[in-house]
Amino acid sequence: MDPTTTPLLARGLHKRYGATRALDGLDLEVRAGTVHALLGPNGAGKSTAVHAFATLTRCDEGEVRVAGHDVRRSPAAVRAAIGLVGQFPALDEVLHGRENLVMFGRLHGLGARQARSRAEELLASFGLTEAADRKVSTYSGGMRRRLDIAAGLVRRPALLFLDEPTTGLDPRGRNEVWEAVRAVVAAGTTVLLTTQYLDEADQLADRITVLGAGRVVAEGTSSELKDRLGGDRVIVTARSADDLARVAAAVGGEADAETQRVTVEAGAGGGTVALMNAVRALDAAGLEVADVLLRRPTLDEVFLHVTEGSAA
Amino acid sequence: MSALQQGWVMTQRELKHWQREPWTPVFGVLFSVMLLLVFGYLFGGAIELPGGGDYLPYLVPGMLALAMMFGVETTMSAITNDSRKGVTDRLRSLPISSTAVPLGRAGADLANSALQLAVLLVGGLLVGWRAEGGLAAAALAVLLLLWLRVAVLWIGIYLGLVLRGEGAVMAVQVLVWPLGFLSNLFVAPETMPGWLAFLAQWNPVSATAAACRDLFGNPVGVTDGVLADHAVLAATLWPAVLTLVFLPLSARAYRRLAR
Repeated sequence: MDPTTTPLLARGLHKRYGATRALDGLDLEVRAGTVHALLGPNGAGKSTAVHAFATLTRCDEGEVRVAGHDVRRSPAAVRAAIGLVGQFPALDEVLHGRENLVMFGRLHGLGARQARSRAEELLASFGLTEAADRKVSTYSGGMRRRLDIAAGLVRRPALLFLDEPTTGLDPRGRNEVWEAVRAVVAAGTTVLLTTQYLDEADQLADRITVLGAGRVVAEGTSSELKDRLGGDRVIVTARSADDLARVAAAVGGEADAETQRVTVEAGAGGGTVALMNAVRALDAAGLEVADVLLRRPTLDEVFLHVTEGSAA
Repeated sequence: MSALQQGWVMTQRELKHWQREPWTPVFGVLFSVMLLLVFGYLFGGAIELPGGGDYLPYLVPGMLALAMMFGVETTMSAITNDSRKGVTDRLRSLPISSTAVPLGRAGADLANSALQLAVLLVGGLLVGWRAEGGLAAAALAVLLLLWLRVAVLWIGIYLGLVLRGEGAVMAVQVLVWPLGFLSNLFVAPETMPGWLAFLAQWNPVSATAAACRDLFGNPVGVTDGVLADHAVLAATLWPAVLTLVFLPLSARAYRRLAR
């Protein structure tokens, strides 16, 4: 891929804070027009990475290019190409929503009139027009976040950083922010998102990089990551505890007495074949069961699986 | 857009704060007036000045200098608030000049301090204080006060960048008091024990207060020493020295945010 147009290219990033290695050889590439999630537990280095990409933190080693510009050599060009939405809404609470957007527009170099019309557009597209002339301190968490994201977009950045955009929000606020992020992506902005919520990465991201202890521990699309954990399973729930052993024998799976469930690993044929085989075997044995379902591993399982090694 | 224009955008933000929440600046001003009244009328009767003269006209220039000094809290808490809320990080991620933020702060804080000076001067006139040295001298006195505020601005920015804990602003709010008292603002240093008098004379705010007393033609409360003869010079140099120290320190602290 052409390094001058790739929104973000990072190679061998190291950052030490005393004895802590916040980044320990991080490599990352974000492709144009995608949402890329950096997923990891607290302390995995997500925010340090975003700060390094956004010129806020200088790394000890390694190279970062944002939209073709080196963060160390031409930070001003990088800043002109990015929008940063940090972990907490970085807004002026006393100013109105509209005034915040106009101010950040002005600081991004827009003229007074341009800044006002851009603010108007953003307020409309983030559903904040009605609240535009109220102090930000009266906004709900979801509204603040939306305004915060709008503030990161005033200059139509080549790359938008969203650092844990839904941390601390209630489910309603989270949905609001997800909708807003989807709209941003639909408009063609490339997004690098950090999150500790797996379902958030699953819902929003095209590609996911799992971070652990400042390093990449896994990377791929959501389904690639799930495949890595051995793929699909068929889960059969027996009608009674007495049936359980016979069900397990018929389908060739592992029984769990507590849940009355039998789990069958799908194997090379894939989930659908395994499901049909299980149903046929049950039919041939004349067994009736409570439930049969095909399940892919959740991202949670992938996450726990790949971060186990790095945490130890 | 130039750094100056960017700074003006930041200043406007601050001016809007006053418009929305006027109690913060109004309370600041009222506090200065209250101190003037408390010291002028409650304590003033018991205070006698070396070299003679009334206490109230001695006190007014001291209160003006004190108001400039207390500006350190305004500056510092604005800086720490922005850091805490992530506004500083967002500003650092914008393609703006690194001087825009301090310029914006300077605009807002100097406007705030000018307002305080205006109210205190009117308050002083109401309680019988007079500037007897002529208009030009009075204008110079006001300039020297704002010059002190510029130095205090850099101290405030530096402290705000370096001390980021929750208690730091409060610690500074407490510590400015002994620093304010250890000066010639309220009483003449010559009435203090020798070593305290020495420290009080060399307190930078003492220089500004002494220069204002000189220029306003008010009782100076000093019979000998540097401030008796060279108060205006001292009030010019002290803030320059403080700025030369704290401006580079602030710039360094700002760069160190990237560590």
